[in-house]
Amino acid sequence: MFNTVDAYSAPPLWKNGPSPCAFHNFPGTNCENNDFTQHSQAPVTTATSVIAFTFNTGVIIGGDLLASYGSLARYRNCPRVMKVNDNIIMGAGGDYADFQYVKDLVDQKIIEEDCLDDGFKLKPRSLYCWLTRIMYNRRSRFDPFWNNFVVGGIQEGLPFLGTVDKLGTAYEDNAICTGYGAHLALPLIRDALEKNPLMSEEEAKALLTKCMEVLFYRDARSYPKYQIGVITDDGVKIEGPLEVSQKWDLAHMIH
Amino acid sequence: MSSIGTGYDLSASQFSPDGRVFQVEYAVKALENSGTVIGLKGKDGVVFAIEKLVTSKLYEPGANRRIFTVDKHIGMAVCGLIADARQIVDIARREAANYRSQYGVRIPLKYLNDRVSMYMHAYTLYSAVRPYGCSVILSSYDCTDGPAMYLIDPSGVSYGYHGCAVGKAKQAAKTEIEKLKLTNMSTQELVKEAAKIIYLVHDELKDKNFELELSWVCADTNGNHERVPESVFTEAEKCAKQAMDAESDSDGEDM
Amino acid sequence: MFRNSYDYDVTIWSPQGRLFQVEYAIEAVKFGSAIVGLKNTTDAVLVSLKKASSDLAAFKKKIIEIDEYLGVTYSGLTADAKLLTRFLRNECLSYRYTENVCIPAERLLEKLSRKMHVATQRYDQRPFGVGMLVAGFDSKGPHIYEACPSGTFFNCKAMTLGGRCQSARTYLEKNFSSFPDCNLEEIIKHGLRALQSTLPKNLNLTNQNVSIGVVGADCEFKIFSDEEVYNHLLLIEGENHRPDCDEFDEEDDNNEVS
Repeated sequence: MFNTVDAYSAPPLWKNGPSPCAFHNFPGTNCENNDFTQHSQAPVTTATSVIAFTFNTGVIIGGDLLASYGSLARYRNCPRVMKVNDNIIMGAGGDYADFQYVKDLVDQKIIEEDCLDDGFKLKPRSLYCWLTRIMYNRRSRFDPFWNNFVVGGIQEGLPFLGTVDKLGTAYEDNAICTGYGAHLALPLIRDALEKNPLMSEEEAKALLTKCMEVLFYRDARSYPKYQIGVITDDGVKIEGPLEVSQKWDLAHMIH
Repeated sequence: MSSIGTGYDLSASQFSPDGRVFQVEYAVKALENSGTVIGLKGKDGVVFAIEKLVTSKLYEPGANRRIFTVDKHIGMAVCGLIADARQIVDIARREAANYRSQYGVRIPLKYLNDRVSMYMHAYTLYSAVRPYGCSVILSSYDCTDGPAMYLIDPSGVSYGYHGCAVGKAKQAAKTEIEKLKLTNMSTQELVKEAAKIIYLVHDELKDKNFELELSWVCADTNGNHERVPESVFTEAEKCAKQAMDAESDSDGEDM
Repeated sequence: MFRNSYDYDVTIWSPQGRLFQVEYAIEAVKFGSAIVGLKNTTDAVLVSLKKASSDLAAFKKKIIEIDEYLGVTYSGLTADAKLLTRFLRNECLSYRYTENVCIPAERLLEKLSRKMHVATQRYDQRPFGVGMLVAGFDSKGPHIYEACPSGTFFNCKAMTLGGRCQSARTYLEKNFSSFPDCNLEEIIKHGLRALQSTLPKNLNLTNQNVSIGVVGADCEFKIFSDEEVYNHLLLIEGENHRPDCDEFDEEDDNNEVS
């Protein structure tokens, strides 16, 4: 799976024989080098929290557009809430390059499924399971993808929300926040869901906006521009970039 | 059979004294038992039509397709041994995925054609394997490059075409295709013509049942390769049947 | 049997564009005992004739469960079938492992046919000498698929393979249009009748030599117990669907195939 040379090339014509690809592939694709390996031990360019929860008819996921380089706010237009197919949306935090790599794998998976055209569409629980296998596999090789993934969707008419982290730890819940959001936003969401278990889409959006605002004021790796992904029976909407309405007049002491 | 290469025709890795590779020529013969496949390239897209022979009424209608989608924007119609052809489809999909993972954009048909034809060619070089018993036609449409279509032989030779036919009635089909002004025609017109040709060249005495398969890749489908919509299909089939009826009536008058 | 010089290896095309080794492998399927697969709108049913290699031997298992909603029956070389069923189970498991759902039958057949096809293209292998019927159920309903040694597969309304299957085929072709309206019991009866038509005069269907497997909307793939088979055989007791002609000779006892 991760060794693209294996995944994409044809098997040899016979055992230990030449591969048909030897005649038409590009040089340099076969870059096996077993002298040493370096496993990732820290993320490099990172994105912060993902906020997600279910409401009465669907799932909402939000994440800002910043990719930080340590504490440096390095890249300011890095979307990380994506539509997978008509059933699934996904959000990711952590190392941005790892996310892009996994995103490409997921996109390819969807393209292959579309090409099969056999009437079966990937379901959120399947993608969640698949991501879990990948993440756990990589962590078992001591070379994890440094991400948190949040998968949302509609399965059998019900909202689904699940998450998997770089260790392969996976769980489903009706409210999931990663990173700093797990400390700051999750209590707000749980509180709101407890008071109003059958939240409408509008209310959900308002709550998410509130969370992004709280996070922007308190999380030093956050950014006022963000995206929202909403999935309901009507399909997937990715909105944004939206902006936190900032009020700094209360900070008159800081000058 | 004009000449069966006595003793020199048992291996793909052997020339006959007059410089022919008989095994490749024999593989081409496998196509002559297969239903006719035609590809037509018009001004804004490419249309495939296939005469899929149905050998038993116990088979489900619509199953066992002979037109495949390789990548979203590339179609492949196959003629010959379907099992061999599936292998080619598989390889083409891998190559398309490989290109996407390396360059981040979809593969231009020219490159896919190169890679697939070289793959098929590799199977004509050794005695350990046999040449593929199938031909494939590749199609795509691009808003800047326009439509493109290539036909690949079991020998691994491929050419670009405006209109091409392979299979049982390829001669008759070619004659019909040559009557069309392909470069001026829209895909809407081509679909009807293609269906008509398949009905025309179908030999009712030898093969009773057949199913028509139609697909297109054109500007109207945003450059995606798709089976033609139900309405277009029924319309084209109706036209084809009417044309056949008209033809048989006029035949009757001549007698 | 006639000899020609183009039939000793699967990598050789004949001048007519045929692959004799593959065609011979298809012949091997006919050595096995008959198998039948059929379906209505909710269930897919496999019915197979079991053989015992001697009076002292047990009857060979002909229907094999692959996954919760998938089962196969085979005709041809038993050992080849064993290998392929193990492959099928592995594929189902790995699909279930990564996707958390049972593999759709069509995707499984694609994998199976790919494996079978590779063996028809290389000199170091021979084609698999086994034909399979796969019964499956998924969100698109029940399915019967036929997999053939050439590496092709077919989505079927009903199908039969194996020794003397011609008479079963005739039965199915005569009756298949009524299958969608049948209930489960009726469809099993049709399967048993089709199977019975393949038998020589001196042999009858018993709960020893018949195996029935069912998969459907409300039931995971299940192979009937002897008692359940017996009960279903009672339903067609006294009926005779053998073709009138009795030129059938005794089937040769080939122990390696079933």
